[in-house]
Amino acid sequence: MSTEAVSIPLAEAGRQRSRRTRRVWVGASRLGLTLFTASLAMIFLLPLGYMLLTSVKDNSQIIALNAPLWPASPQSYTAADGSIYALYDVPLPDAGVRQLALEKPGRIVSTFIDPANGQEIQWRGNWRGLSPVWSGIQPKFDNFTTVLDTLNFPMLLRNTLVVAILGTIGAVSSAVVVAYGFARFRIPGKNGLFLLMIMTIILPFQVLLIPQYIGFRAIGWTGTWLPLIVPHFFANAYNVFLLRQYFLTLPRELDQAAMVDGASPLQILRSVIIPQAWPAIVAVALFHFFFAWNDFFAPLVYLSGRPDLATMTVGLQAFSATYSGSGTGYLTQAAALMALVVPVVIFFLAQRAFMRGVVISGVEK
Amino acid sequence: MAIVDDRLSVYVPPAKPGSLARRETMWGLVFLSPWLIGLVVFTALPILASLALSFTNFNILHPESLRFVGLDNYARMWNELVSNRAVGQSLGVTFRFALMSVPLGIGLALGLALLLHHKLLAGKAIFRTLFFMPVLIPLVASTIVWQGFLNGSTGWLAQILRSLGLPAPDWFADPAWALPGLVLVGIWGIGNMMLIFLAGLQAVPTELYEAVKVDGGGPWARFRNVTLPMISPVLFYNILIAIIAVAQYFTQAYTLDPTGNGRPGGSTFFFNLNLYKEGWTYNNIGYASALAWLMMLIVVLAAIALFRTSARWVFYAGAER
Repeated sequence: MSTEAVSIPLAEAGRQRSRRTRRVWVGASRLGLTLFTASLAMIFLLPLGYMLLTSVKDNSQIIALNAPLWPASPQSYTAADGSIYALYDVPLPDAGVRQLALEKPGRIVSTFIDPANGQEIQWRGNWRGLSPVWSGIQPKFDNFTTVLDTLNFPMLLRNTLVVAILGTIGAVSSAVVVAYGFARFRIPGKNGLFLLMIMTIILPFQVLLIPQYIGFRAIGWTGTWLPLIVPHFFANAYNVFLLRQYFLTLPRELDQAAMVDGASPLQILRSVIIPQAWPAIVAVALFHFFFAWNDFFAPLVYLSGRPDLATMTVGLQAFSATYSGSGTGYLTQAAALMALVVPVVIFFLAQRAFMRGVVISGVEK
Repeated sequence: MAIVDDRLSVYVPPAKPGSLARRETMWGLVFLSPWLIGLVVFTALPILASLALSFTNFNILHPESLRFVGLDNYARMWNELVSNRAVGQSLGVTFRFALMSVPLGIGLALGLALLLHHKLLAGKAIFRTLFFMPVLIPLVASTIVWQGFLNGSTGWLAQILRSLGLPAPDWFADPAWALPGLVLVGIWGIGNMMLIFLAGLQAVPTELYEAVKVDGGGPWARFRNVTLPMISPVLFYNILIAIIAVAQYFTQAYTLDPTGNGRPGGSTFFFNLNLYKEGWTYNNIGYASALAWLMMLIVVLAAIALFRTSARWVFYAGAER
């Protein structure tokens, strides 16, 4: 009796201890795994950090050795006579590293001025091996104004928005209608047609683009936005697939109730199906908007010779072709940043709907 | 699947079978018509037209000299293929890129998905967003960003490698490293595949994992015998989409070298750079059409091969699908 009475709390304590060590172990692995993933994410997004910081630097800092990571400018010293000299970190044999102003650069001996007292100091060594004194954080936001003007950003933004929004209207309305047809109507040979539609996904765009180009050229549409907008009013297979899968999950009772009440198929689509399918419709709209924002080959060939109609990617590519060389690389980073702000912000605002759409189109095969 | 088919539970008014079915078909075709018209105008006719054009010397600036040239374009393609000029070179670049980027992209996307699916990971939604986000960056912009990031003297990667005492390649200036550099650019786009893998992982029934545990299987057995077969349909889908994406690869290579020659030293001379050059720089629409057909045949053959093998490794859990 008595031994039992003692042993039960003991066993309980042991169990509690093991539970506690287990909880500590789980907590540690959770922390380790999360930190590991966070560092992976940091590495993954490191190029974005490069872009952000480079876009607010200027060239002298980019090419300088041992320049700080943050945007800064080399510091200078104004002498009593008004002339300006650059400041360098100079290792002096007796006084350690001092910040001195370079007056007469030389390969073997250079003359420096000590800003503290205006005294000249002769220093033996190649001044090119010295690193300049950098300021604190000094972002150069005028890089963006430069890009705004040279890239003609407002024009590109307007062009891209017009093409993207009109195309989105076409892509969404046509895909909704066609998906409704596939999801709700008995049509002879429907499964074969649906399979045919899925098969068109694997066709490389080149094989369609050349004759389309000839056709659009023949009716005088090259050099306009029409070839970038009109074809999207004829339902894209991906979008139809996504919407059809979604429509199939919607209960048919409401359709049938509306039908009994005498609603036409079009009325059912408008007042029964669409109100229930907003998440999928929003996903399709986002898909097309991002597609249009990213599209490059079609605007490149259809708008060639009309820089005034160019979309963002075409304008950005032309800008990069001119400015990506050494000396102006920071400007292309600023331009790239400006071109990606709109889609990335929209993505953050609507990410749930968008990512659900990716999943529906990919998994529900 | 639901046990009760809810379609049967609703009263559907009986009608004369013939007329109602015909009305339904009529309405259905009306709703399909945008796609049907598009299929004819923007898909079927263009495919046939580009096949027809591929047997001509059609030059868009000189339509009057249009002539049927038989298999001349295909003979030229064959010659360039065997002598490893334009077509041979560009196909080589494209295949090498596919061999690097498709397995690496799929592997990394699956690895990330497994990581983000792990039950011990905190902040799943944030990580999912962060790893997905670069997909939304326009390809021209992401190529520019990587061009700067990988620059051999001022780019961060080179600076990091040098500070660790490692040799730093000058990626896009070195013919040996330019294609691997584009593979890195492509890794920024794996978010789509990652999301699809994640959804596949979430759909795996947990009972299966418990069954492996009962049988004494470790994490590898769990992955090999449960996860992999259960997500094989999404793996299949991702491989297919990745192959199609390589067949259409253009924007990144053209941004890297706006002259369209695949600098440095033709090491990034992708198939579609050659096609663009023939079609829009030299206006050789006939020959460009032959090139487009060649690429389509390659993709269709690859897809057929993938479908053929899929019977052996793709496992569809729900027989009703």
